[in-house]
Amino acid sequence: MSDTPAEAVIETRGLTTTFPGEGGRVPVVDQVDLQIAVGEVLALVGESGCGKSMTALSMLRLVPKPGRIEAGEISLAGSDLRRLSVPAMRQVRGQEISMIFQEPMTSLNPVATVGAQVVEAIRLHESVSKAEARRRTLDLFTRVGIPDPDSRLDAYPHQLSGGLKQRVMIAMALSTRPRLLIADEPTTALDVTIQAQILQLLRDLQQEFGMSILLITHDLGIVNELADRVSVMYAGRIIEEGSRVDILGEARHPYTRGLLLSLPSLASRGERLAEIPGVVPPPDQWPPGCRFSTRCGRVFEPCTTQVPAVSEITGTHRSWCFAVAREIES
Amino acid sequence: MLAYVARRLAYGVLTVFGVLFFLFVLFFTVTDPDDIARRALGEKALPEVIQQWKVNHGYDRPLWPWQDFDDNMLFEHYRRMLSFDFGRSDTDDSLITERIRKGAGPSLALTVPLFTLGLVVGITLSLLVAFFRETYIDSAGVFLCVLAMSVSILLYIVGAQYLIAKMLRWFPISGFDPNPEVIFRFLALPIVVGLMNGFGSDVRFYRTVFVEETGRDYVRTARAKGCGEGRIMMRHVLQNGMIPILTRVVLAIPFLFTGALLLEAFFGIPGLGSLTVDAIQGNDFSTLRTMVYIGSLLFILGQILTDVSYSLADPRVRLE
Amino acid sequence: METHVVSNLVVALLLAGGVWTGVAIRRDRLWSEAARSLWRRRPIALIVVAVYLAVAVLDSIAWVGGGEGQADAVAAHEARSVVDRAFAGTREASFSAPLADAEFYGGRPLQRPGSHLFGTDILGRDVLYLTIKGARVALLIGGLTSMIAIPLALLLGVSAGYFGGRIDDVVFFVMSTLASMPGLLLLIALIMAMGRSTLSVCIALGVTSWVGLCRVTRGETFKLRELDYVQAARALGVSEARIIFRHLLPNLMHLVIITFVLMFSGLVLSEAILSWLGIGVDGSWGQMIDQARNELSRDPIIWWNISAAGVALFGLLLAVNFVGDALRDILDPRTLRENQ
Repeated sequence: MSDTPAEAVIETRGLTTTFPGEGGRVPVVDQVDLQIAVGEVLALVGESGCGKSMTALSMLRLVPKPGRIEAGEISLAGSDLRRLSVPAMRQVRGQEISMIFQEPMTSLNPVATVGAQVVEAIRLHESVSKAEARRRTLDLFTRVGIPDPDSRLDAYPHQLSGGLKQRVMIAMALSTRPRLLIADEPTTALDVTIQAQILQLLRDLQQEFGMSILLITHDLGIVNELADRVSVMYAGRIIEEGSRVDILGEARHPYTRGLLLSLPSLASRGERLAEIPGVVPPPDQWPPGCRFSTRCGRVFEPCTTQVPAVSEITGTHRSWCFAVAREIES
Repeated sequence: MLAYVARRLAYGVLTVFGVLFFLFVLFFTVTDPDDIARRALGEKALPEVIQQWKVNHGYDRPLWPWQDFDDNMLFEHYRRMLSFDFGRSDTDDSLITERIRKGAGPSLALTVPLFTLGLVVGITLSLLVAFFRETYIDSAGVFLCVLAMSVSILLYIVGAQYLIAKMLRWFPISGFDPNPEVIFRFLALPIVVGLMNGFGSDVRFYRTVFVEETGRDYVRTARAKGCGEGRIMMRHVLQNGMIPILTRVVLAIPFLFTGALLLEAFFGIPGLGSLTVDAIQGNDFSTLRTMVYIGSLLFILGQILTDVSYSLADPRVRLE
Repeated sequence: METHVVSNLVVALLLAGGVWTGVAIRRDRLWSEAARSLWRRRPIALIVVAVYLAVAVLDSIAWVGGGEGQADAVAAHEARSVVDRAFAGTREASFSAPLADAEFYGGRPLQRPGSHLFGTDILGRDVLYLTIKGARVALLIGGLTSMIAIPLALLLGVSAGYFGGRIDDVVFFVMSTLASMPGLLLLIALIMAMGRSTLSVCIALGVTSWVGLCRVTRGETFKLRELDYVQAARALGVSEARIIFRHLLPNLMHLVIITFVLMFSGLVLSEAILSWLGIGVDGSWGQMIDQARNELSRDPIIWWNISAAGVALFGLLLAVNFVGDALRDILDPRTLRENQ
């Protein structure tokens, strides 16, 4: 039995989101179980298209049509978000759970000042005067490290650099002190030097506000910087999860191991970089059984026909793989 | 910003010169002044009478500057048009400027309400349809628009006159009375017809713009903030959507001038449109020339206004 | 050459062109996919357009001679089309209601009682016949005008977009000047200046409608010119003409098609308005509506003339609009790129 996580802020059980595809609907998020404890940073890792962004959007019930959440539970401090009415869900968005996105360039309204957009975020959930909201926005801007915050309040998004825009997004997301911040690839679109600053900012704010973060990324370096725990996704399914040390140091699933081995830093100079053969199959070509079976070096009999069940490696470290299960038994 | 406006104005002036040149070529070289004279005086007019008429109306001078630099019709044409000295009608010798002055009032009384109502109705309907996008309301709305667009304005006019005026007798078939108390009764029908004719393509276009905006990233951010769909439409989408809509709205301004042409002619409103239609039927080239010129001036002015208001509305352009 | 001979030749050419296009489409994967998609989405609209086309073609095939009966004796010296011959001898003296046995005013029995589906007009001509003939006029207006406007727009737009500089300045200025003159007024001015004939109406319509397409092609050409494969071609020393014809024009085709279809209804509507002002093309639906306007105020009312023309006009435009809309969705460059 695994440890029951202390006071989970949010938990999903069997979350499944489908999209129409050739021959029926395809579960791009397939029976995903996640738990995030209070004050914890969970990194959701995987390649592009594995369903991690869609998982995050599902948690906020913002799945774009023609997608649909078909099954599962999303409990936020006890209540199932899927059962909430639409107005109630709107209260959750931006107040209990906030989200920041990958592209700060296009994620802000181009014809409104950044100050006004943050003020809007505040006034949607609290009845404060515009002046008060503006004051708080100024405060937040300072907190997130925007230089010359006073004049920046009335700036338009196009007048700010990418890094500054992302800081505005963070300010907007934190303005209501949410319990959970979902950060979808927050630094992917930014310069490397700015990336480090934003990550640092997130780390500081997380400690100061004590909030949980669901960090979505494909960059294992970022995982190392920020994450407490890690869940690895492949083709819509979670295939391994554990603490940062478990995953980055002692990964067991062939896919996770492949990801780690392909990092240039781990290879010696002159060695060929290890790569996972093949490509991620598109949703309409997912194989039955384990979806990684077409590329796995350790594939054997049950992999192509049955979906792997969970195997406990340690109290915190779990994996969904027949080969790993077989290893554990011996 | 000021430099931009100045540049636009300068180009506008250049365009006016181009328009005048085009009109000159069209009305003085493509058409033969002799023909115009004969149409006014009758086919059997004597050559001396024709010549005298041409002298009176300024058609007798050489055409081009290289024929006679000091006294040629091209320069004369420019001089007069640019100083708004429009001369006399080819058919009845009335002062064109006078007739324009008299006709402007009724025309504006029709086109200004038509334009504003059209804009308000168009945007409201399209916001509604965009709000219900991908539902039956949306499909029905779009279908209705395509239907409305496919009906010729002629049929709307005939239909309105027949059904509403003749059968239901709610409004008079045609006519005009500037008396503020009754003016509405005469304008109601042409305005309704004008609205019906325009709303199809307007709503279709606005809807496309709004729906496209709802798919953008910043709308997703707004939803994640907890914004309701209604607020998203009225605040975020409308604000951003107005920018491309503005451009098209201005393109509609000259159609007010010409769409009003038909509405005025067939609802008996004595405005500039009627003046033009009379000119067509009377082969009155000088009036026609003037009306095209004025129409162009208004249009060029409208385009400059749009460009300026566009740069005011879009902060990305305004603050470069 | 006499008009009917020219007309027959044009029909033959058009049919040949249609067959050639059909073959070309079948060979190209993208275009045949697009065609199939169009058929799936709007079969009814396509059939309607095809019917109008067929009728117009039938009315364009004409020859001299033949015909029985005294009424045809005079007509036998003129070229008459298939449609003319089908309706030969259907003329009455004056108005009659649809499917009536007797004249509308006076009650004299008709020559062919009960055979006029839409009645007859003031001159006794069968209204269905007149309506059918209007199809040819409408398609002629749309087709001929487009043949004038589209090559002109392409030529100027591509030149301006590709060569830029002075050429672009000149083209842009010409476009702005023309575009500054309110469309209808310009149309009227052009027709009055050139004299009232079918050709001048088409030329006038062409002059007033090429600017829109030109603007679009100019913009697209600007974009296409910067694409990597075009730059590569230029670096390799491929001649400009080859680049334009092989790389640019094919990528502009979808725009041309969409513009053509969407322009079509605008052109037909404009002609209707011109007819109503008295300067349209003979035999068009617009002219029928214009002539029939006064009939509505008669008592008892004569409605069949204007209704037939109105419905015919509406039907064609609705079908073309639906097809145009569907085409625009299908030929959206994004969808084209995805399928590539």
